[in-house]
Amino acid sequence: MLSPQDWMAIGLTLRLAAISTLVLLLIASPLAWWLARSRSPWRAPVAALTSLPLVLPPTVLGFYLLVTLGPEGPLGHLTLLLGLGTLPFSFAGLVVGSVVYSLPFAVQPLLHAFQNMGNRPLELAATLRASPLDAFFTVALPLAWPGFVSAAVLSFAHTIGEFGMVLMMGGNIPGQTQVLSTQIYGHVEAMAYSQAHTLAAGMLVFSFVVLLGLNLLQKRGLRMGS
Amino acid sequence: MVRRNWIWCWSLLWLGLAAHGAGAAEVHVAVAANFSGTMKVLSRVFEQESGHQARIITGATGKFYAQIKNGAPFQVLLAADAQTPLLLEQEGFVVPGSRFTYAVGRLVLWSKQTDLVDAQGDVLRSARFKRLAIADPRLAPYGAASVQVLEHMKVMAQVKDRLVQGDSVAQAYQFVASGNAELGFIASSQWVVNGQPLAGSSWLVPQSLHSPLRQDAVLLTSGQANPAAIALMGFLQSPRARAVMREHGYTH
Repeated sequence: MLSPQDWMAIGLTLRLAAISTLVLLLIASPLAWWLARSRSPWRAPVAALTSLPLVLPPTVLGFYLLVTLGPEGPLGHLTLLLGLGTLPFSFAGLVVGSVVYSLPFAVQPLLHAFQNMGNRPLELAATLRASPLDAFFTVALPLAWPGFVSAAVLSFAHTIGEFGMVLMMGGNIPGQTQVLSTQIYGHVEAMAYSQAHTLAAGMLVFSFVVLLGLNLLQKRGLRMGS
Repeated sequence: MVRRNWIWCWSLLWLGLAAHGAGAAEVHVAVAANFSGTMKVLSRVFEQESGHQARIITGATGKFYAQIKNGAPFQVLLAADAQTPLLLEQEGFVVPGSRFTYAVGRLVLWSKQTDLVDAQGDVLRSARFKRLAIADPRLAPYGAASVQVLEHMKVMAQVKDRLVQGDSVAQAYQFVASGNAELGFIASSQWVVNGQPLAGSSWLVPQSLHSPLRQDAVLLTSGQANPAAIALMGFLQSPRARAVMREHGYTH
């Protein structure tokens, strides 16, 4: 029923979502931590900036990524100077795009988790002579872990469903930038509806199972935590 | 007295609108993306000549097919290919006998660099580019024609790894225009702007290298009794309309 190219798209999509989620958690954790605790005048502008991808339509975001990361764009100049080549039409480019696109979905749950925790646990840790870094890893991280699960689930799911950005800067290269959503779109446009239905149904079922599983896990975690 | 004048004016206005409405009708035209620029010019001429209104909806032909089958309120389809209108006709969504070829497109190999593309397209045999943009051959007739050209020239194996695909010929153009691909196959309607070819270097691909890029129009069943739709179908075959299309890079 599914062609080898479909399977390749499925594998690529999972890899893209997994890598993007990992990168997002690495970037979003310090960012959300800073946003939750900073009193800097930069806090509000930075918070607004991290939410911007929510506003821009994905195709618009993709178009600007294509232009700025292209050989004539400022970031494209930079990557060329660094000997990295240009990012559009490459898997690395899609990772960069996904990270930008899903950033608010990783930052928001973490921010809430850190804010809800309040200052008290950290103050207690400090009285027990824990260094701030120590307190972060031994107190804050364990307390905020449901936030991390939410952030990971949302980033992963959002990247799986990402379409407009990939369409604009991917170039539809099998094995490199041809993901599930663009493959389904291609099938629909080419009027191959049965193939499109199969892929879409599979995507829905898979996503439902993943989201359900992680929700159950999170619920159990909350109960264990309390 | 003043008040009565107002009522008079008001009634006259409505009468006028009603009278205008009786003669002029409105048609919703689904237009293939590659023809949208040309159609904007054509619709102005059409509206002037006929007094009817043409509302243009641009998009990909495959999307229009799905929308028309699901009750989209379009009366005329100007497709990017000949196959989709035929399919719609076979499935009963088209007024029988209304299908005709309104335009034939040409393919252009274009680069923004002035010295890259030569008059025979031999650059395709070279290693002088890293990326060649084409429209997706499955989705866009211009993409399918591009692949035919590459196969005809026996360079497909050489360029295969350097191909990047846009979902439409509009996107193939975008990839070249933004500098992300050094060259690409685009539509001549994108290449001719205000009667002038785009800056850079280009090769107008001979039509013998690919099957004709026939673009067909159909009157959809929902437009059967719509005077504006019927008038538009006639207008598209008029010498005046054809002259506009030729200015925009289409042949017949």
